[in-house]
Amino acid sequence: MSELPAQLTEIQEDFLALEQKDRLLLLLEFANDLPELPQEFQDHPDLLERVVECQSPVFIFVELDADGAFHLHATAPRESPTTRGFASILAQGLDGLSAEQVLAVPDDYPQSIGLSEAVSPLRLRGMSAMLGRAKRQLRERIG
Amino acid sequence: MTVPFDTTEKFTAYAHPAKLVSTEWLAKHRTDPGLVVVESDEDVLLYEVGHIRGSVKIDWHTDLNDKVNRDYIEGAAFAELMSSKGIARDSTVVIYGDKSNWWAAYALWVFTLFGHEDVRLLDGGRTKWLAEEREMTTDASPVSPTDYPVVDRNDSPIRAFKDDVLAHFGKPLIDVRSDEEYSGARTTMPAYPEEGALRGGHIPTAASVPWARAAATDSTFRTRAELDDIYRTEAGLSDGDDVIAYCRIGERSSHTWFVLTHLLGFQNVRNYDGSWTEWGNAVAVPIAVGTEPGTTPVSRR
Repeated sequence: MSELPAQLTEIQEDFLALEQKDRLLLLLEFANDLPELPQEFQDHPDLLERVVECQSPVFIFVELDADGAFHLHATAPRESPTTRGFASILAQGLDGLSAEQVLAVPDDYPQSIGLSEAVSPLRLRGMSAMLGRAKRQLRERIG
Repeated sequence: MTVPFDTTEKFTAYAHPAKLVSTEWLAKHRTDPGLVVVESDEDVLLYEVGHIRGSVKIDWHTDLNDKVNRDYIEGAAFAELMSSKGIARDSTVVIYGDKSNWWAAYALWVFTLFGHEDVRLLDGGRTKWLAEEREMTTDASPVSPTDYPVVDRNDSPIRAFKDDVLAHFGKPLIDVRSDEEYSGARTTMPAYPEEGALRGGHIPTAASVPWARAAATDSTFRTRAELDDIYRTEAGLSDGDDVIAYCRIGERSSHTWFVLTHLLGFQNVRNYDGSWTEWGNAVAVPIAVGTEPGTTPVSRR
């Protein structure tokens, strides 16, 4: 656990410091903060991978920039705020990490941010699936 | 405080027209005294993104399920919930939600376990309200707490347990899950996470009628004639039948329970909420795989 990158730890601490009800509102803030897809991906929907485990249509794409920094791009409908919130947590929490750091993120991170009670384990699985798929894409990328 | 019924022509063909209201009716009666509008969604944050002005939120997971046991809340917790949402025992409750009212129907079914009398669904739910570009707001809804009585939950008329299903063979069972879940190719619906049922398939003899067939593309319920075709002609149900419906955890089958009970007038319909996440994990219960219903199992005891 000690190796969890600082930005993921920060998100985790922010959630855990709140009451259940406020955790949902924080998740909503994340949902609202999910950035629009960069134009290059909007023009190439074929590059995006659907996270079929999620309850609503969500698509992700991972990128390693010239400096080897990781970026996760995701898109999900406005009418699916929970899914958008999950995607946004991962997009912000993993942004700028090295490939090694991303692959070392524990698979149960989604279960560790105190949302199981407010969001239901079923809903949380979507976030685990997103993390799993992001890591798999990354492994394929660095081959 | 009597809230009028919606006399929309389409509803008059249903067995209990009083159980539905149209978006038009709700827009007009939203603020009637004695009426409380409830949003109940699959997505736990959707209400916060925008809801019908004045409506309150009830979530299936955080509000209606017991936190420890796999069961619904008891009378005291229900009374507390109702009070905190401004619902009195004689309130008219109109529930609407996402996904063709799937979770709204589930909430309505739980209200029925507690005998709340006047509870209705908004035909077409959230989707239709939005499609018609009716007003949504993120403003908090003012609530005056009520003094809701503690009423015991009465499970037996509309809720079936595993033993009830084992004793039910020979009478109609309706499996409302997707074709893939029914055949056993998957244990959860397409595009949803696998939820850990150890076996795939269906309860022997159950007819397959995926729940969403009862909904039109605009999320409203299909007409009486269309529903009769699906459930009577195709699935073979007839008046007087004692029916049990099930899905994965009892949410999709609440939708079918609503259709059979309130739209088609079947009087003995129970929802088996243990559903596949119980049956597919239970020891020594019979299972059928493939697209055929299968035959009545021989009793082991």
